[in-house]
Amino acid sequence: MVKKVYMYKKFERFWHWSQAALIFFLIFTGFEVHGLYRVLGFERAVVLHNYAGFTLITLIAFAIFWHFTTGEWRHYIPTTDKLREMLMYYFKGIFKGERKPVGKTEKVKLNPLQRLTYVGYKVAIVPLMVSTGLIYYYVAHGDIHLRSVKYIAIFHSIGAFILVAFTIIHVYMTTTGHSVTSHIKAMFTGWDEVEEEDITE
Amino acid sequence: MGRKGVFFVISFLLAAAGLSLFASGVDHSKFAELNRSFSKPEDVTAACLKCHNNVASDIMKTNHWLWTRKTDKMPGREGKTVDVGKKNVINNFCIAVTSNEPRCTSCHIGYGWKDGKFDFTDQNKIDCIVCHDTTGTYEKFPTGAGYPVAKDTVFPASKKLFKKPDYKKIATTVGKPGKQTCGSCHFYGGGGHAVKHGALDKSLLDPSKEIDVHMSKDGGGMACIDCHVSENHDIKGQLYTVSVENKDRISCERCHTRYPHTQTLFVENQPDRSYDIFKNRLYKREKPVDNFTHRVLDKHTEKIACQTCHIKFYSTKFKTKTWWDWSKAGEKTPEGKPKVVKDDEGYPVYDGMKGEFKLAKNAEPEYFWFNGQSDKILVGDKIDPDKRPLQINRITGECGGADSKIWPFKVMRGKQLYDPENKTLVIPKLFGPKGSGAYWSDWDWLKASETGMREAGVPFSGKLDWIETEMYWPLTHLVTPSENAVSCDDCHSRKGRLNNVQACWIPGRDRSLVLDILGYLLVAGSFAGVIVHGTMRHVSSKKRKED
Repeated sequence: MVKKVYMYKKFERFWHWSQAALIFFLIFTGFEVHGLYRVLGFERAVVLHNYAGFTLITLIAFAIFWHFTTGEWRHYIPTTDKLREMLMYYFKGIFKGERKPVGKTEKVKLNPLQRLTYVGYKVAIVPLMVSTGLIYYYVAHGDIHLRSVKYIAIFHSIGAFILVAFTIIHVYMTTTGHSVTSHIKAMFTGWDEVEEEDITE
Repeated sequence: MGRKGVFFVISFLLAAAGLSLFASGVDHSKFAELNRSFSKPEDVTAACLKCHNNVASDIMKTNHWLWTRKTDKMPGREGKTVDVGKKNVINNFCIAVTSNEPRCTSCHIGYGWKDGKFDFTDQNKIDCIVCHDTTGTYEKFPTGAGYPVAKDTVFPASKKLFKKPDYKKIATTVGKPGKQTCGSCHFYGGGGHAVKHGALDKSLLDPSKEIDVHMSKDGGGMACIDCHVSENHDIKGQLYTVSVENKDRISCERCHTRYPHTQTLFVENQPDRSYDIFKNRLYKREKPVDNFTHRVLDKHTEKIACQTCHIKFYSTKFKTKTWWDWSKAGEKTPEGKPKVVKDDEGYPVYDGMKGEFKLAKNAEPEYFWFNGQSDKILVGDKIDPDKRPLQINRITGECGGADSKIWPFKVMRGKQLYDPENKTLVIPKLFGPKGSGAYWSDWDWLKASETGMREAGVPFSGKLDWIETEMYWPLTHLVTPSENAVSCDDCHSRKGRLNNVQACWIPGRDRSLVLDILGYLLVAGSFAGVIVHGTMRHVSSKKRKED
C-alpha cells in the first residue's frame, strides 16, 4: 500500500530549489568564464557568477544551521549496510520491477547510495568549490597575490565537471520513484508517497 | 632700518620680481639682443647663451645632444659599459646613423653634424630654437646636418619648399616646447611622417578625444612636456630601441595613482600642492566608481600595463611602416629614376631607393611581457644567422617576473644586410653624393657596405646576404578615453588579443586540455548512462506489462 507522508519541510524545499537554480546558473556562467561559449560576455558572466556564488555560500550557511538545529544531518550519516543491494537494484532489480531494497520514509529519507553521494557533495565538492571560488575571487581583486591563478582554476573546474555529471544523474534518478514525476512533485509539495511496508520495517 | 637693511629688502624684492618674471614667462621681444637681424642660426644661439649662460653645459650632457647613452646594465652584458645611444645602434629602418650623418642628423639639436668629426663641445652649435620656436615656421633641412636653409630651397624628394627662417621673429617669440616643435622631429622618424613609432604622428597636434584623450583640447589639453618633464634640459622618457634600463620612465601612475580605476587623479587630491596650472587644464573626470569590476581592473595593473588596455589600436589616423624589405630595392623607371609605387591612399609601398614596405593603420598591437629592460645588437656584435627573424632589440620580461607586465608593441619587421662570414649586421652608407659609395647615388650594395662598415670601424668580409629582422617598439601614446578601452572579452577568450602571450593563466583563454577532455567524457558518460538506463527501464517495464 502507498501512503502519503509529509517528507520535505518548507525550508528543505526552499533550500533544494534555490540551490538547484543557483547551481544551474553557476554552471552556465562558469563555463562561459571557462571560455566554452560567449553569451553574456566575460565581464557580465564573472560578475553574475560572483553574485550567484556568494548567494549560494549564504544559502549553504543557512542549510548547515538548519541541518544541525533540526537534527536532519543524521540522514546523511554514511552506511555500507545494504549499499551493495542498492547498487545491484539499480543494475538489475529495477529492470525486473523489484522493490527498492531500502525504501524511503520520513524517518529514513536517504538510502545508503544517496547518503554516500550527498555526504561526498557536502564534505568534498562544496568545500572544494567554495574555497577555490573564494581564493579565485580575492586573487582577482583582493589581497591574495598569486603568480598565477592556474591551479585554483583547474581545481575549480574539476569540481564543476563533477557537479554537471552529478546534476545529470541526480535529475535522472528522480524518475525512479513510484511514477516518473512523483519524486519531483514531492520536492515541490513536500508530500511524498511511501510504501507502508517500509514504514513498519 | 639701516642701510644694510634697505639694501637687503631691495635685493629681496628684485629677486622676487625676477623669479615671478621667470615663472610667468619672459617677453623676449623686449630684449635688444634678440630684436635684431641674424645672418646665421649660430648667432641666435650665441644670443640665447648670453643670458642663459648655464644652459649650454646642461644641454651638452643630454641625449638630445649627444645621441649616446652609456650603460653597464644591458641584460646579458651587465657590468660591461656599452653605448646604446642613437648614434651607435642599428635599426631596421635606415639601419644606422654612421656614414649617413647629414641626412639623419637633420634631426639633431645642433648645427653641422655632417660626419664623424662633429665637435660636441662647441656650444654655439646648439640649436635652441628647434625646441623653443613658437611660430611653427622654423624647419631644419632634411639633408642639412641640422641646419635650416640659408636661402629658400626645394627638397627634391618631397618637392617641399623650405624657407629661410625669420630668426628675429623666432628669437623674440621663443617659449616652451610645444607639440609642433617636439613633433618636428619625433613625428618624422624613419625617414618620413608617421613611419617609425606607430603612435607618434601629426594626429597628436589637434587630436579628437577618441584619438588621444590627454592631448585633445576636449580632453586633457596637454602637451608633450606635461608628461615628458625636464630637469636642467634633461627630458624624462625612455624608448626601448635606444634604451635598455628600467629607469627614467614616465608612468601613468604619476597622475592616475596606483589604483586608477577607483581613485581620482593624484593632482585632484593635492589641494595644497602647486598643481593649479596643471589642474585647470585637466579633463574633468568623475571619481571612478568603486565597484567589483573597477577593483578587478585595479588588480590587473599588477600584471598589465595601462597601455595594454587603453591603447586599443596604434596609428589610428596615419599609416605607419610595419615591414621594410631592403632586398627589393634597386628597381628603376625607364627614365632611370628610382621606381615608386604608392597605394590608393598615397603611401609608398615600394621605393627603388629603399625597397618594399608594408603599412598599417588602426592596427592591433602585439603583446609581450616586458620589465622595462631590453638588450640590443650593437654595432659589430656577432649574430646567429640561423635564428630568424633576428631580434635587433629583445625586450625582456616574463610572467611573474619583477616589474614584468604585459605591454602592447608595434613590431617592425624587415630584411636588411648582414655579413655572412663575420656574422655581423651591415651598416650600409645610404646617403651621399655620387662616387661616395652611397647606395642612393651609386646603387651598389657592396660599395655602400664597404664604405659604411669602414666608417663604423667594423671589419667587413666583402660578402653580403639578407636577413629578416624584428624590432620591438613599446606603445605608450594615443591613449583613448576609458570607454574605448579594450574590453574583457578582447583578452579573456580562446581567440583573443593575448593569445600569443606566453605562460601565466588568463581565465577564459587558458584551460587544461587533459582536464577538459576528462571532464567532457565524464559529462558525456553520465548522459549516455542515464539514457541507456532509462531506455532499458522503459523496455523492461513494457515487457513485464505484456507478460
